[in-house]
Order: sequence, then C-alpha cells, then structure tokens
Amino acid sequence: MKEFWSQFQKNKSALIGLCILGLVLVMASVAGFIFPEDPFSLAGQPMSLPGSNGFLLGSDTLGRDVAAGIAHGAKTSLLIGLIATLAAVFIGIFFGAFAGYYGGYIDSLLMRVTEVFQTIPSFVFAILLVAIMKPSIESIVIAITVVSWPGVARLVRAEFLSLKNREFVQACHTLGMSDMRIMMREILPNCLSPIIVIGSLMVATAILIESGLAFLGLGDPNIMSWGFQIGAGRTMLRSAWWVCTFPGVAILVTVLAINLVGEGLNDALNPRLRERN
Amino acid sequence: MTDKLLEINNLYITLPAGAERSHAVEDLSLELSPGETLCVVGESGSGKSLSARAVMGLLPVPHVRADKGSILFNGENIIEASDSRLREIRGSEISMIFQEPMTALNPVMSIGNQIDEVFRFHVNMSSQQRVSKALKLLEDVNLPDPQHIMNAFPHQLSGGQRQRAMIAMALALSPKILIADEPTTALDVTTQAQILKLIKDMQGVYNTGVLFITHDFGVVADIADRVAVMQMGKVVETGSVEAVLNNPQHPYTQALIAAVPRLQPRPARPRSDETVLQVKALHKTFGGGKSFFGLGKANRKVEAVKNVELDLRRGETLGIVGESGSGKSTLARCIIRLMDSNSGQILIEGVDLTRLGRAAMRPTRRKIQMVFQDPFASLNPRIKVGDIIAQGPVIQGSSKEEAGARARELLEIVGLDKRAFDRFPHEFSGGQRQRIGIARSLALHPEILIADEPVSALDVSIQAQILSLLDKIRVQMNLSMIFITHDLRVAAQVCDRLAVMRYGEVVESGATEIVFANPQHEYTQALLAAVPGQGWQPNEVHISANIG
Repeated sequence: MKEFWSQFQKNKSALIGLCILGLVLVMASVAGFIFPEDPFSLAGQPMSLPGSNGFLLGSDTLGRDVAAGIAHGAKTSLLIGLIATLAAVFIGIFFGAFAGYYGGYIDSLLMRVTEVFQTIPSFVFAILLVAIMKPSIESIVIAITVVSWPGVARLVRAEFLSLKNREFVQACHTLGMSDMRIMMREILPNCLSPIIVIGSLMVATAILIESGLAFLGLGDPNIMSWGFQIGAGRTMLRSAWWVCTFPGVAILVTVLAINLVGEGLNDALNPRLRERN
Repeated sequence: MTDKLLEINNLYITLPAGAERSHAVEDLSLELSPGETLCVVGESGSGKSLSARAVMGLLPVPHVRADKGSILFNGENIIEASDSRLREIRGSEISMIFQEPMTALNPVMSIGNQIDEVFRFHVNMSSQQRVSKALKLLEDVNLPDPQHIMNAFPHQLSGGQRQRAMIAMALALSPKILIADEPTTALDVTTQAQILKLIKDMQGVYNTGVLFITHDFGVVADIADRVAVMQMGKVVETGSVEAVLNNPQHPYTQALIAAVPRLQPRPARPRSDETVLQVKALHKTFGGGKSFFGLGKANRKVEAVKNVELDLRRGETLGIVGESGSGKSTLARCIIRLMDSNSGQILIEGVDLTRLGRAAMRPTRRKIQMVFQDPFASLNPRIKVGDIIAQGPVIQGSSKEEAGARARELLEIVGLDKRAFDRFPHEFSGGQRQRIGIARSLALHPEILIADEPVSALDVSIQAQILSLLDKIRVQMNLSMIFITHDLRVAAQVCDRLAVMRYGEVVESGATEIVFANPQHEYTQALLAAVPGQGWQPNEVHISANIG
C-alpha cells in the first residue's frame, strides 16, 4: 500500500485529478447545506446574469439557480457513476471468470452473449433501454450497467485465461482445491489491478452517458442532473450562455479528473508500464 | 600494439541507484587472441552478460554505463568510439549470437532477407553476389536445403536451425570476434552438441576470437581454451581450461565445480517389492477437437503420450528423461490428474485414478503431490508463504492451527527460517522459493512426489542444494519420487531408475547404472553421447559440500 502510494504520487497529473475529484465529492456532500431548497424551485428572477440578483452562476429561463443545480447534480452524477460501475464490474467478473476459467463451450456461450451486447452502439442501446423502461434513476443505472459490463468481462476473461495455467494454480489443483475457491481466492486477487483501473475509467463514461440521457430528456424528471441543466438551457444558448456552460464545465472537469486518476492508478498498479518514460 | 584482439582493462560498469549493488562489473580485465575461445562462467547476476554487451557498445545507457577502464579492440577504445563507428564495428568486426534465437530474429522477415541486410549495411555488393554469399553461408552452417531456408521465416525453423541461421548471420562478414551469450541454453542437448561443434569448426575456418558466455561447466570443458570465472561482478579466477577445471584455486570456483553433478550413476539400492504407482498403456492426445457448432476445420492432432507403462516402487526415484516435446511433462500432469488422459490406467493401491471424478479424486490427492519447475510462477504472489503451505491441509480438513503448526515444521525441514511464515513469496530468491514449493508439496504427507524439472531454473550451486534436500526428505519420509529432467547429469545423481522418452513413447527403461553403462536404444545412446563435458569429470568432491 505504501509502495503503491509513493508510485501514485510520482504522477503529478493524477494527484491534481484526485484533488479535483475530492472537491467534487465535497460539493456533492454539502449541497444540501449550502442550497437547502429544492434545485427545481423558482428562486428568483429568470435569466439573471452570473453574480446578479443573488445568483452566483445566474438563473435559467424559469428562475432556477444554476449553482444549486450543479451542486445537487454532482450527487446524482457521482452516485449513478459509482453504482452503475460497481454493478457492471460485478457482472463482468462473473461472466469473464467463468468463461476464462472453464473455456470450451462455456467460454463460447458466454462470449457470444457478451458479443451480442457489444454489437449495439452503447449510447443508442442505453437510450433504447431507458425509453422502454420509462426514465427513472433506476432505469438509468440499469441501462448504463447493461452497456458497460462487456468490457469488464473481456478483460477478466483474458486475465483468467493467462492465469489459470500458471503453476501456482495447478499446484492448487493438486491440493484438491475446489474450482470456486481457486477462482475467487487464487486467481481473482491477481487480476484486481486492471479491474480497478478499468473500473475507475468506467465511472467517467457512466457520468457521460447519464448526462447524455438527461440532455435528451431521458433523465429522471424528479432529480436534478448536469445533463438535464444543459438540455434545459440549450435553446437559450445565445441569450443565456451561462445556463449551459457551467454544468458543461462541471462534466468536463469531473470526467477529466476521473480519467487522470484512472491513468495514475494504471501507472502505479502495472509495474511494467512504470518505466515507459 | 599487441597481438591481442580484445583487451578489457579495469572495466567498471555502474548500475542505476537503488540496484542491488553499485557496480554490475568491477575492475574487469580480460583479453582475447585470434582463434581463441574464452569462456566467461558465472551464475545469474554475476555481470557476465553486461560485460559482453559493453564490448558490443550495447549497454542500456544512460541507466547502465561503463564509467572507468577501457575496452580495446585492436587498440581502439570502444567505450569512447562514436555511434557511427560502433555501427561499423558491430556485425562486421564484432558480432553476437544470443540465447533465444526466436526473439533475436525478426519474425516477419525471411531468413534470406535478414542475412541480406547485414551485407547491405556494411559492404557494397550486387544483389546476385549477396544472394550467392548468403546461400554459401547457410550451407557452411550445415543447414539442409539452403534455398528453402532463405525463403523461410523464423517460426518455420526448429530451435537448432534458428540458432544456425543466427550463426550464419553473425559470421556473414567474417568478424574478428564472435560473442556468444549462452547460445545453447535454450536448446536440447543433442542440438547443443551440434551447435558447439559448429562454432568450433567456424572458428577454425575464420580464425575468430570467441567470447563464450555460459553457466554450464560441461560446455566449458568442451569448447574453452581459457576460462574466466565471475562472481558478483568480479573475475575471481582466470586461466587455461585445464588449470581452472581440474585445479581451481579460488574457493568460489571450487564450490561451483563441486556443485556440478557428476555423470556417474548413483550406486544401485535394493529395490522394494511394494509397487506404489503403476501406469498402464497410458495415452494422451491433444487437439483433434472441433470448433463451436462443429464448424471450421478440426485441429491438428498430436499424440503427446503413447502407450506409456511405468512401475514405481516404494522409496525409489524414477527419472523420466527426454528432450523438450518428448511428452514427459504431459505424462506427469496426466498422472497427477491435472490433465485427463485418453485411455489407459493409473493405479495407486489398486485404485484406477483415471476413472475418478473430481470429488472422488480429492481424498487421493493427498497421496500424490507435485513440485513445479518455475519457482517464480509456482507460488501465488498475493498469498503469504505460511498460508500457501497450510492451504493443502486446510482443504483436506485440518484445523487452521494444526495446518499452521505443520507449515512451520515444514519450513524448518526444508531449511527456511520460521519467520518466512508471514512473508510474501517475492521476498525470497529462486532457491528459497523452490524450498517453499517443496514444503507445500510435503504438507499433505504424500507417498509419491512428482518433481517436474525442479532444478532447471536454478543456478548450479542452488541446484545442488535442492537436489540434496530432495534426497534427504525422500529418505526421511520414505517417499517414492518421479523425477522429470532433461539433464542427464542431474538424472545420474538422483535417479535409481530411468525411463527415456521420445515423441511420447518410453523408448528405454531400466536401472540408471545399466542404462548409462549399456544404452540399448539408439536415442539413449545419442542423448548420452551429447552430454557436454564428457571428457572431464569434476574432482572427487562430494556434493552438498558446504556451498555458499
């Protein structure tokens, strides 16, 4: 752990990313205290410029506070990103582990199923799923999970394929260890590093998909999110630039920060890549 | 000016900060005359390969560089030579062959093109001249059908053929010095003998000075004129091959030579009447399956184990010897049921293992255990040593405390400190890891131990220690052992009986002494004839004599 941290620290951009991510987290957790009112409530004069009429970042066409929306939206984005990623990683490990470990027909079957999910462009597929299930926060999480697990499955399968023939795994067979225990206790811990890396990057993708869905009007109508704000301000882009711009910057900065952290994790966890510069 | 081709004077090569030691090579002085073969011998990490790279100007600068001393090639200091001058020297005046020809050759270029490149970069010749010269070279290194080899790609050739092609490339411009970095380590013993002879012959024709790097004293005895022994970056002894091999002065050289297994079978011991393992008419084929939905063409079928019969008695060590691809590892994995055999019987105490399902097999697992080849791949890097050893008993139903106590006891038996219990595998050296692997295999009180090349990844002094450890526990626990090896010297040392395998078949079996003294099958004869360094026997020093 100590060694990991000292490696991670060497990557300055990853540290910056971590700081930004920390700020976003703080913003999400204190949103309720700073903006105790519902972000959907009409707080004052519509179309106020940033800094005027008591609006830090201005207000939109209906007089909703953009700053309050961003703070509350951070919670939505991070939560959806995290839950969807965890679910996708879990399903991906399950499929990948069985396919890679058993090989043969099980592998062929599971991988063909995975390919079915991969052939449909992921964003179109997510739109389709949300449209079928009715827009709500649950359906968005499900849609994001469904489109993002195949990547994890492929990665885990490749790792299991290469690890299952290692001598230490064979030694476990000769001791009479059960398959489940070999998979969970022996092989899985050895492929955690790439899973953590891909997982961190998936959080960023999930946030983007969620914003995209909300922008198209497929977000949960009762929950404030960055994509919803952009979608609401889109028609007014020339007369009220601030309504779209600030949520957009929030998405950009958050996704960038998560990507930087993910890359830092990759450098720190994959010793072979460390020496590349 | 001297008549020496190469003179290395007081060379120091620094390692980057944070490495195990500050210098890879310290105060190295060597010299090489035309037509002479100088063998540099040492264990892994002794700095022998880096020294060779320094001569080629191929050190991985700026991390590793020569900071003191000189390397004089015909009086010209290579350390100070410019990059363009170095390029001129490399290939045309000093050339190098490597351990693994598959990685040293470019996989997407035909052999002919790769030889052609050497000529194109260094001399001005027409393309017809270049082709005829390349053909001549391939002929010189005894490659069959040179025309065909010219158009072949590296993967289409065998290991020995690739190494011959490498040698042809290296000798293309008749260099004055040939550096050979463990050129035969990756090859089978019969191929090794041919390559060594080839290098010797080529040297006679071109009067080349050969700097030969190896860890194998048998090879040294066969090929060297002079020997330099390296330890931890320093040359501890140099001299003529007779002087160093037969009358070593430095304690390290003495220890190394004492550790070389002697090519003399161990004295026969009375054979027990009790059979612990019997293998009858065992077959194993790979491939031949079809792809998903039965579409596509069937895979190529390979018969890896053909009609093998073995008979292992209590307390004896049965050696399975053969070259790579002979099916000896597959046989071992079939016996221990890591693979399913196609037909035949494996009998332990009258029970046929091949018929047991996974669950039924579990209680029998206890009786038969395995020691693996690669000490770095055979231990899970994420699990503590104590848990690795205790795993087996826990799975078989012991309590955690019992298993832990057993693990500590075993650590002591295999000669490791008890504190090893709470450490991770990466904190140990190769030899120590192999001891941990042995401890793990003993944790279940097995009756049969299968050792698959347990010492082939280890340095010779460590090898001797592990062999004597295996011998000790075999006696102590009355184990029967199947010992798989490609090294006949090792086999002679530890095996009571031998089974010689080729192409999946046992071609000859019998007591080690008898097989060595009077080999019946031509393949056994060829194997025995190819063991390097036959003419030389290490002096009468007993193994396990206090080595490092």
